[in-house]
Amino acid sequence: MSRYLRFLVPLAIFAVIATFLFKGLDMNPREIPSPLIGKQVPEFSLPLLEQPDTQITNKDLLGKVYLLNVWATWCVSCRAEHETLVQLGRMNKVDIYGLNWKDERAAAQTWLRQLGNPYAANIFDKKGRTAIDLGVYGAPETFLVDAKGIIHYKHAGPVNPDLIRDKILPMVAELKKKG
Amino acid sequence: MNPIRKKRLYLIGMMVAGIGVAAWLALNAFDENLMFFFSPSEIAEGKAPTGHPFRVGGLVSNNSVNRRSDGLTTAFDVTDNAETVTVEYTGILPDLFREGQGIVALGQLNESGIFVASEVLAKHDENYMPPEVADSLKTAHDEGVSEMQQVSVQ
Amino acid sequence: MIPEIGHYALILALSLAIIQAIIPLAGSYTNTHSWMALSRPLVWGQLLFLTLSTIVLANAFLANDFSVIYVAQHGNTKLPDLYKISAVWGAHEGSLLLWAFLLAAWSAAIALFSRNLPLPVVARVLSVMGMISIGFLLFLLLTSNPFDRTFPVPFEGRELNPMLQDPGLAIHPPLLYMGYVGFSVAFAFSIAALLGGKLDASWARWSRPWTTVAWVFLTVGIALGSWWAYYELGWGGWWFWDPVENASLMPWLVGTALMHSLAVTEKRGAFKSWTVLLALFAFSLSLLGTFLVRSGVLTSVHSFASDPERGVFILIFLLVAIGGSLMLYAWRAPYISGGGRFDLISRETFLLGNNLLLSVLAGLILLGTLAPLIYDAMEWGKISVGFPWFNKMFVLLTPFLALLIGVGSISRWKHTDAAFLVKQLRVAFVVSLAFGLLTLLPLFSDGNLMVGLGMGLAMWVVTSHLVNVKERLKHKAGFNGFLRDLSGGGRSYYGMILAHMGVAMFIVGVTMVSNYGIEQDIRMSPGDTANIAGYDFKFEGVSEFPGPNYNAHRGRFLISKDGEQIAILLPEKRTYFVQTRPMTEAGIDWGLTRDLYVSLGESLGGGDWSMRLYYKPYIRWIWIASIFMGLGGLLAITDRRYRTARKRASSTSTLTAGSSTPAAAESHS
Repeated sequence: MSRYLRFLVPLAIFAVIATFLFKGLDMNPREIPSPLIGKQVPEFSLPLLEQPDTQITNKDLLGKVYLLNVWATWCVSCRAEHETLVQLGRMNKVDIYGLNWKDERAAAQTWLRQLGNPYAANIFDKKGRTAIDLGVYGAPETFLVDAKGIIHYKHAGPVNPDLIRDKILPMVAELKKKG
Repeated sequence: MNPIRKKRLYLIGMMVAGIGVAAWLALNAFDENLMFFFSPSEIAEGKAPTGHPFRVGGLVSNNSVNRRSDGLTTAFDVTDNAETVTVEYTGILPDLFREGQGIVALGQLNESGIFVASEVLAKHDENYMPPEVADSLKTAHDEGVSEMQQVSVQ
Repeated sequence: MIPEIGHYALILALSLAIIQAIIPLAGSYTNTHSWMALSRPLVWGQLLFLTLSTIVLANAFLANDFSVIYVAQHGNTKLPDLYKISAVWGAHEGSLLLWAFLLAAWSAAIALFSRNLPLPVVARVLSVMGMISIGFLLFLLLTSNPFDRTFPVPFEGRELNPMLQDPGLAIHPPLLYMGYVGFSVAFAFSIAALLGGKLDASWARWSRPWTTVAWVFLTVGIALGSWWAYYELGWGGWWFWDPVENASLMPWLVGTALMHSLAVTEKRGAFKSWTVLLALFAFSLSLLGTFLVRSGVLTSVHSFASDPERGVFILIFLLVAIGGSLMLYAWRAPYISGGGRFDLISRETFLLGNNLLLSVLAGLILLGTLAPLIYDAMEWGKISVGFPWFNKMFVLLTPFLALLIGVGSISRWKHTDAAFLVKQLRVAFVVSLAFGLLTLLPLFSDGNLMVGLGMGLAMWVVTSHLVNVKERLKHKAGFNGFLRDLSGGGRSYYGMILAHMGVAMFIVGVTMVSNYGIEQDIRMSPGDTANIAGYDFKFEGVSEFPGPNYNAHRGRFLISKDGEQIAILLPEKRTYFVQTRPMTEAGIDWGLTRDLYVSLGESLGGGDWSMRLYYKPYIRWIWIASIFMGLGGLLAITDRRYRTARKRASSTSTLTAGSSTPAAAESHS
């Protein structure tokens, strides 16, 4: 090794590590792949958040492409993504349904009043059973469902404008075309 | 070759040899101690080995936990919502273990397809902030798969 | 309004950091005295604003100001005041603030204790510290502002993680961070030296005490974390090789190598480029560790993927800080002059061996820690590296370290006669070998080779140092000679002895607890008695017990030996009100030669509980060892050499190793 070259070794080692770290940015090291993709939204029958007496079932949601967003007032990341959802709601490109998860009804209603309500309707899953059926690991999670009630995509963690523009909206457009 | 050079060469030779042996031993042992991760679906497809330890992860199925009469052995189903594998564990389960909870078990499959765990790690529950013990970034996904961290401290 | 003051203070601190990074450095090149002299006041200003920021955040916790998101997430009205304070660094944003604050504190310490340094050196060092500070403050302000508000204001906070509600863990992060951040000083000195092109013995002498102080903090911080994990997690283990722990161990190993390498560079002027590299690595690993763990790329999911802003920022910061410094190294290091020559059998060689072993160990741990990431990136599968692998690597390399400690500390600089070494060490060797073999007898271990090896090595470290001290005191009359030596220039020598005794204790503790520890999972009914290692654990049942912000089930155990009661253990299972998760509090009866440890499992109905009982021989020695190491480090930095160096204004730069009296007296240490 020449006199100069050997002092480059540490830099080279770091470059290799940095490459892996960079790849690590897009990875979920321990992601458990969602087995529900390509399957039906599980059956449920739950009250609406806004009207406790009205039940909503999975069949009510058939016939349209929609996003199902799992959220709760105790979840800080949900607050972080809420603004993005509100903006997405204003675009009127896709319906968003909320699955309000293990939450207090009053707190959730206050949240929507104060932060804005992007949801077409909110399903109130107090006990979290439907969330378990959906394989929800945490809040927030967002599912993309087609007109036949089949899940096509799941995002764990808060959605961001890039994700919506580059991934979700193109998929929505495609699913709508298929009808 | 002058004596100083020669000495230096000896020294470098010894060091290189030493590090070489250490690295060789390390990498050899590395493969033996790698623990792969399989989901219940992958186990159902027969991808997981029998007789070799690995990790399985998923949610504990509802109403599947039952305790054997000795009070220490517990059997429960772990599901990824597509397939299920039965896990058996003898010992104290982690604080956060409960139905509907995400867990990771470490152990191996026996002939009858039961996963005999030597260790069970629970992720923190869904309305819980990722612990800072885990030092993980909390604004991300509020709970999540991530959280075996603080229990993996076991 | 008050939280905004904290926010503004951060912005002001950032502005000062930017000026501090540029002006003094430029001044050192243009030889503009006033620009360089600016560095000290700028550092004080930064410290002032960051102190203000930290106080504001602490005050928000104490005042239960839940309009601040960070407080809402980690504070609670019922939280005891101590934990309200420790909640400041209990999570991501706040711990970054603590980093930045400690960085400013270390910078201020440099400003204060550098009166004898040439002004250009001070200016450059503080400029580098300023650059690091910019990185942290930008990260805080752009992605992790602890003063962000939330609306609507929650009525109650989500409370600090119950696991962190513990006095041990309240002070663990500050200590650990003092260590991490402390390595930034050696880093800054190295960068400044590379920039200035002047790497000499005085550079090593200035860096040494700073490195030692940082190392002491890191040692104690790591030990505290290990101790906490032991009693708080309820699993009885003291080290788990999980990424969080590895992140702190890697800088420690490299830092230990750095301390020893600095000694060679100061005394003999050798290993210069290697020492610089270690200084860069020690801090780089601190950065890598903190950031990787914080960002969760290794430990958890989603964090990067769902918060790309932070991930990208972290990576850029690492690239600039580590990549930049290594580039500077590759550019300047070829021009560093070689040091004094030394023979194959000399203290230099043994210290080099120590350095290599420590670095290889750190490298292997880095490999094991990053392996899951590498495998995933290469799509080889999702893996984890089992801790047996780490244990194997540790057991493979540390015996050589222990052997070298004994030989290295007694051998002379430059050249040692093999005959001298043999003559000095043969008694120690025979005694250690005999002791190791003795422990193999059926009475003690029944031929367990690991026990024989461990005890033999511990004995080797002790006896070889006894010989060493005896040799040193040969020319000094009796106990008075020792005292005079201790008050004179001998402190760094005795510091070394003390720290190395810590190593021996550590080996004993690890050997004993891993070979003789007993663990038993059992089911007990009230009135049952279990016997472990000759101790009777009588279970008297579990009762409910309310705490300030939790409810507890408290078990009661009577421990007796040979019918004589020695302790009552009260392990608890707590359920915290806010975060509603169960927490295990172990019941421990501690002793110098053994711990008895009970942790509650779950209620099995009818008053029966499952539980885990442990017998842990000599486990305390592991933590006491770290106290010895820490005290050794503290003793070393009070050495007269550093004190006199401080008084002798400006003449230090002309000092070379061996030319001054204290250093000459030291040539053997």
